[in-house]
Amino acid sequence: MKTAAQTVLPGQSRAHEVVLSVRGLAVDIRTHRGTVRAVNGVGFEARAGETLALLGESGCGKSMTAKALAGIMDPVCDLAGGEVVLNGTDLGALTPKERLKFAGPELGIVFQDALTALNPVYTVGTQLGEAFRIHRGLSAKEAKVQAIELMKRVGIPEPESRVNSYPHQFSGGMRQRILIAMAVALDPRLLIADEPTTALDVTVQAQIMQLLRKLREEGQMAVVLITHDLAVVAEEADSVAVMYAGNVVESGPVSEVFSDPRHPYTKGLLESVPVHVARGAHLKSIAGSPPEIHDIPAGCVYQSRCPLVQDICLSVRPQLLPVNERSADVQDDADNYAGARPSRPGRVAACHFSKEINNV
Amino acid sequence: MLIYLRKRIVSSALPLVVVIVGVFALARMTGNPAALYLPLNATQQMRDDFTARNGLDQPLLVQMADYFGGVLRLDFGQSLRTGEDAAAMALRAFPATLQLAATTMVLAVLLALAVGCWAALKPNGVADRISSFVSMAAASIPDFWLAIVGIWVFAITLGWLPTSGVSGAGAWVLPIATLLLRPFGVLVQIVRGSMVSALSEPYIKLARSRGAGELRVVTHHALRNAAAPALTVAGDLTVGLVNGAVVVETIFGWPGIGKLMIDSILQRDFAVLQAAVLLTAVAIFALNILIDMGYALLDARVRPVTARA
Repeated sequence: MKTAAQTVLPGQSRAHEVVLSVRGLAVDIRTHRGTVRAVNGVGFEARAGETLALLGESGCGKSMTAKALAGIMDPVCDLAGGEVVLNGTDLGALTPKERLKFAGPELGIVFQDALTALNPVYTVGTQLGEAFRIHRGLSAKEAKVQAIELMKRVGIPEPESRVNSYPHQFSGGMRQRILIAMAVALDPRLLIADEPTTALDVTVQAQIMQLLRKLREEGQMAVVLITHDLAVVAEEADSVAVMYAGNVVESGPVSEVFSDPRHPYTKGLLESVPVHVARGAHLKSIAGSPPEIHDIPAGCVYQSRCPLVQDICLSVRPQLLPVNERSADVQDDADNYAGARPSRPGRVAACHFSKEINNV
Repeated sequence: MLIYLRKRIVSSALPLVVVIVGVFALARMTGNPAALYLPLNATQQMRDDFTARNGLDQPLLVQMADYFGGVLRLDFGQSLRTGEDAAAMALRAFPATLQLAATTMVLAVLLALAVGCWAALKPNGVADRISSFVSMAAASIPDFWLAIVGIWVFAITLGWLPTSGVSGAGAWVLPIATLLLRPFGVLVQIVRGSMVSALSEPYIKLARSRGAGELRVVTHHALRNAAAPALTVAGDLTVGLVNGAVVVETIFGWPGIGKLMIDSILQRDFAVLQAAVLLTAVAIFALNILIDMGYALLDARVRPVTARA
């Protein structure tokens, strides 16, 4: 089954090739109450010309995953393990200085709040041109020409005069366009978009998503889209990784995951979308709240809210396994999936009852 | 910008008048100059003559009106001590103070920027703790005590530096060191604080994500954002240097405006005192205008609306 987004992709040779491969990524946060694991063994692949959505609610670790990928973690965070391979280079093996060479040409990132993400004391032209000055050694004048080109590319009107304006002189939507322009300045292979539309109103959201789609298709970029918005995932993403309490609980092609969720959390999320609800009827929601980050239980991370919870869920953490091969024998055979690297992102879920889920 | 400047100058006039009225009234509370300038055995007639000759027998309001009339004609009166033009004396003393204050502030700002940034790179790290201790100590040491200890150690005991005067580079060391410590200590803490907060802003992360190295992040992206608070405090500290200058110039015999003020007070030389205070006040107003223009230069968001967007 193919999504609409896949069918419109141009059939270039580079398309669908794996650009980013993340395995077992773990991030620790040092807090006053000790070190906590905020991201725990997250893995996914992002392919050229495709969008991978990292879906989850606030605090599930999706933004932290994005920052870890981009190498811009907060000072209190430590990379605790895992492997991030971008275009065949293991980013974890690079020195900080080598890594800077990747920031821009290989990898761009867009933040949620464009106002705080832009430096208030420099013109947007200066900031747009910075990547060219750092990586291509252009002069200020040459960089400005490039900045104007970029502004044209992301649809900012009158770029020749606006290039000398400051961030506060732009509207929210225009600021977000500038941020996106900055991220794609050097045509990176990977674009990480961390809730790029959350701070915007609905009509502008659609324009920004459209722009991201256009840029993705033009540059055959792999896009990692971080969001809590199910509708955005359904419309924009090719594949999705659902995160809960620092773990990926389910992933696969969006169409399959959304039509046939194999994790009770995904199922709960999808059921809480209000469609065709009669006025006055109760909206569905998932009871309870995610576990405290200091207090992640042994066993399944979702146990406290799961309607299917059994004894095994309290003691054994379910592995992320292909949903169709799950049986008692292959329970601990996660390497099987990881090593095989299927041609399309496989359907995996981390639930002891991923097969039985639809019978409940 | 010109409209803005004119506005600032006009709005500075009233505070200047208030300063003058205050100094005018307070100076006359120190007593009658006749008691100082005439011999102990002077007759009452001689005292009355002296008082009348210098216009001090008039009611305070009349004296004040006379004085302001003079100021408008740029006549600031004569020194009782020397008979010289009061404004000329103040202007002659001013450059010595300006040199001292400017050198001190430039050094203090540069040192504080370096130390503050260094400390902010790793909050609560070793560098941060050391700079916090040093800056706290520097800001807390009383200048008069330091000046006297400095003279005792470096001038008298070791004999490396002169005790006072303005001859040679060595003469600058102790006055500047004395004046420097407090602005340096305060500024380090301001720079450190605003750098720490600037460095934690999302735009810093984004700059790193564009491949900006540590040096570029600190000097290009963070420092300009952190500069505004430091500029405010530096302005305030420069004004404070006038107080410091009174102490330091008196101790080191530095022929500046601070020493002139003290001498004029002790000598009840009202015209000179008023001229010196007025000149200092004008300098402080000018400084404040410069600082406001500095903000506008650093950050487009605070530029006056007349500036081109």
